[in-house]
Amino acid sequence: MSALHTEEHWDIEIKPTESLFKLDFKSVWQYRDLLWLLVRRDFVAQYKQTILGPIWFFVQPLLTTLMYLLIFGRVAKMDTDGLPMIPFYLAGVICWGYFSESLTKTSDTFITNANIFGKVYFPRLVIPLSVVMSSLIRLGVQFSLFLVCWIYYLVSEKTMQPQWGLLWLLPILVVLMAGLGLGLGVIFSSLTTKYRDLRFLLTFGIQLAMFATPVVYPLSLAPEKYRWLIVANPFTSIIETFRFIFMGKGQFEWSYLAYSGVVTVVILIVGSMIFNKVEKTFMDTV
Amino acid sequence: MKKHAIEISNVSKLYRLGEVGTGTISHDLNRWWHRIRGKEDPYLQLGQENKRDSKGGEYVWAIKDVSFSVEQGEVLGIVGKNGAGKSTLLKLLSRVTAPTTGSIRARGRIASLLEVGTGFHPELTGRENIFLNGAILGMTKQEIKSKFDEIVEFAGVERYIDTPVKRYSSGMYVRLAFGVAAHLESEILIVDEVLAVGDAEFQNKCIGKMNDVSKKEGRTVLFVSHNMNAVKTLCTKGALIERGTLAATGDIQPIIDRYLTSDAQNTRVLSWSDADKPTKGEIELQHISILDSKGRLDNAFTTSDDVFVHVGYKLKEDLKDLRITASLLSYDGAVICCTSDFTFQDSARLRTKGEYESVLKIPGAFLNMGKYFIQVEIDIPRTKLYFKDITLEFMVDEVVENQLGVTINPKPPGLIHPILNWQINKR
Repeated sequence: MSALHTEEHWDIEIKPTESLFKLDFKSVWQYRDLLWLLVRRDFVAQYKQTILGPIWFFVQPLLTTLMYLLIFGRVAKMDTDGLPMIPFYLAGVICWGYFSESLTKTSDTFITNANIFGKVYFPRLVIPLSVVMSSLIRLGVQFSLFLVCWIYYLVSEKTMQPQWGLLWLLPILVVLMAGLGLGLGVIFSSLTTKYRDLRFLLTFGIQLAMFATPVVYPLSLAPEKYRWLIVANPFTSIIETFRFIFMGKGQFEWSYLAYSGVVTVVILIVGSMIFNKVEKTFMDTV
Repeated sequence: MKKHAIEISNVSKLYRLGEVGTGTISHDLNRWWHRIRGKEDPYLQLGQENKRDSKGGEYVWAIKDVSFSVEQGEVLGIVGKNGAGKSTLLKLLSRVTAPTTGSIRARGRIASLLEVGTGFHPELTGRENIFLNGAILGMTKQEIKSKFDEIVEFAGVERYIDTPVKRYSSGMYVRLAFGVAAHLESEILIVDEVLAVGDAEFQNKCIGKMNDVSKKEGRTVLFVSHNMNAVKTLCTKGALIERGTLAATGDIQPIIDRYLTSDAQNTRVLSWSDADKPTKGEIELQHISILDSKGRLDNAFTTSDDVFVHVGYKLKEDLKDLRITASLLSYDGAVICCTSDFTFQDSARLRTKGEYESVLKIPGAFLNMGKYFIQVEIDIPRTKLYFKDITLEFMVDEVVENQLGVTINPKPPGLIHPILNWQINKR
């Protein structure tokens, strides 16, 4: 009986393990509506029953920027490459904020969604993708805040020299940030299904990593001897390039940027391989 | 010949019991070391039969070597005791987790309804949740839009559609969730125990909808339930899962009978295989069962039903004055009455060699609602005792008729609740 059918077409085949590299982008595409709805859900549900609603998007980076201004600018008197402090810190805060939010939220993918994952099948990759996308909306809103502030300083103070010719790099920077957040988040989420220890590592790891990235200081301030350490961080060139485009100061090097690109691609590939392996059976261990 | 919608071949699933803890990393390393050297996973061999009530090793086969296929448009009922592996099988089918060995192939989309309301977000409104839930179950936005009105009507929540679902009653919640799932356009629908929730009217609606889905639209449905009445009305074919293995497949009625007669599931019947029929002296017991008037085993009794106790036995020699006694006991063991097939009529005193069945009829409109025991004893009075205290039990589920007419009132007091004659005389 079954021999008769073996050569026919089957839509779904469920087998124990599939190859590491078989990533099912086709089915992710089939579920694109779900992706948009999840992004919408994140966005809508987050601010239900709040009075200020999406204004909270502005409050957080503004307060953080003011905090840095006081501590690192006024108290520690750290140099900002001669740039006005507010746009300098704000640029770092929103870029780092986007990365760290994407990373922490995607790293919880399996644990927070175990309830849904345990009941129905859909391509698991949809969830981390939706997280990165809804954070992207947040980044967009916060970026407009940065633009307003930047224009103000551009007109009132003449210290910034925007590099208009490099503006096309901006979307690439966003893709790199999203890719790094997604890739690392996916790796962490896959590993935490079995070993929850990594969650603790991640929460303070991100805080520490911020200081290994030129968020509150310019790269030029780092001592020559240890600069390679900070440059080795793929996020460094992203922030430096961002600042260079808008303010004309910063260590912009094509090689640094290319390095970040390569690292991002490697992390994404490794991440999707691990994710692919774990998503089939994680329900048994989560 | 119809095409197969699903083919399951040699599917097994190994689970590790206990906590996932420090042992995990060493097992993982050991597994990896074996794989590098091209050897089989050492823990696969440790797997044991899925028996929940006996102690054993850490690894258990929740499902072991299950193979069967389902035809397109068929409604397959999967029955089995708690922990037999039904849900694991459904999880494998709905791709929640992957099998350890074996493969499953299917034609068309599989949508599963393992628990209603999956992915409902309490803060979102009914409308938003219909779209979100539909998308999680695999529908496109366009499909949901075209079915939206139907879903809302089915669930009966028009008025609350723009209210966050956290304000819904649990019944409304379930209705809405089932509505979404039932209107899926998947070729294969998997339903697990959803009927346990919701009121009777809604349950009938669900069964009706599932019937439509399979009969009118020709879709395949896999249905898991402990409610044998629902299984019987819905399903044409059945699969019985026992301790992780497939015990039987085929038409639904024999499957249900076998499930109900399987060990300790229900003691409305005692039967034995040829080898171990209890035998004492000249008598071999064949079966004892409590059936309804149509000879069915799975039907629930109501107070108006006649209850039949069948005692089947074989006499190897002629016997005189044999007596089959049945005692009716209440749920707490109190003897309500005692009755036997003993007869003093001369011609009937002798039972010649052969097979017999003594049938006791407990008339309708006699018992109350509740659980009763029947104790069977076989003897020759003052001479010889053959069998004693063979106990069966049965339930009377509802009061349907008494002096008040047809009613579903609360249980009346008393061990029995016969309808007796009253005369009202005016002086």
